[in-house]
Amino acid sequence: MVKINGEELNVAGKTIAEYLATTNYDPKRIAVERNGDIVFKSQYGETLLQDGDSVEVVSFVGGG
Amino acid sequence: MVKLIPTKEEWYAALSERHGEKIQNIFESATVAICGLGGLGSNIAFALARAGIGKLILIDFDSVDITNLHRQQYKANQIGISKTKALKDNLSEIAPYVVIETHSVRITKNNAEVLLEKADIICEAFDDAECKAMLVNLVLERMPEKYLVAASGMAGFGSANTIQTQRISKRFYLCGDGTSDVQSEGSLVASRVMLCAAHQAHTVLRILTEQFET
Repeated sequence: MVKINGEELNVAGKTIAEYLATTNYDPKRIAVERNGDIVFKSQYGETLLQDGDSVEVVSFVGGG
Repeated sequence: MVKLIPTKEEWYAALSERHGEKIQNIFESATVAICGLGGLGSNIAFALARAGIGKLILIDFDSVDITNLHRQQYKANQIGISKTKALKDNLSEIAPYVVIETHSVRITKNNAEVLLEKADIICEAFDDAECKAMLVNLVLERMPEKYLVAASGMAGFGSANTIQTQRISKRFYLCGDGTSDVQSEGSLVASRVMLCAAHQAHTVLRILTEQFET
């Protein structure tokens, strides 16, 4: 299981890009941290989610 | 008649009396960059200047517009002036000894590292969601030694109590309610934007005094 924004999800083995494709996140409006480190945008397609990973997807909305 | 303002020494003494000399020395030696000088950035700048932060790096490509005045720290007679100049002038009136560096440019992938090089802490204070994400990714990818305080979600008339500060990772903080988008809420009001700006400015002061969120 992979913890994503506090929720345990059965997505181990998928890449970040594959996981994101199943969600409504706009890739241009997010930052992804995995186990406390930023996942480089260029690495979404290569970074495999593993059992026990803790992931934060930060999604930005407009206004400031 | 010229009205004299207090000397730098008197100013420092007054701040030290309130914050304690140890903390004031930390504030005075800090450099904070503010990216975007709108509702968030102009209010963050006011709070940090009043606290006696030594140096502020103010970055915005835009000019003051009539539509800014309902929530941003500018004056009617500053419409049309660059935000960097207008804010520097306004800050100089309330905190004359803060060193202010201004850059009237759009922050891009090409110039960000040079613009932000000297900052200890970077405040993301843009209004556009894609620009926010661009800067946050760029800072976290290329400047991992910096602290980053970003904001998302402060539009509309939602409860003040939903604006929060979250520590996403060791050096990355996010303020706001996370969801209220100006596109769907349709408006931004000074009171709620200032809440979020206050969260960001206060997070800067807490980072500097090593009081980290858990």
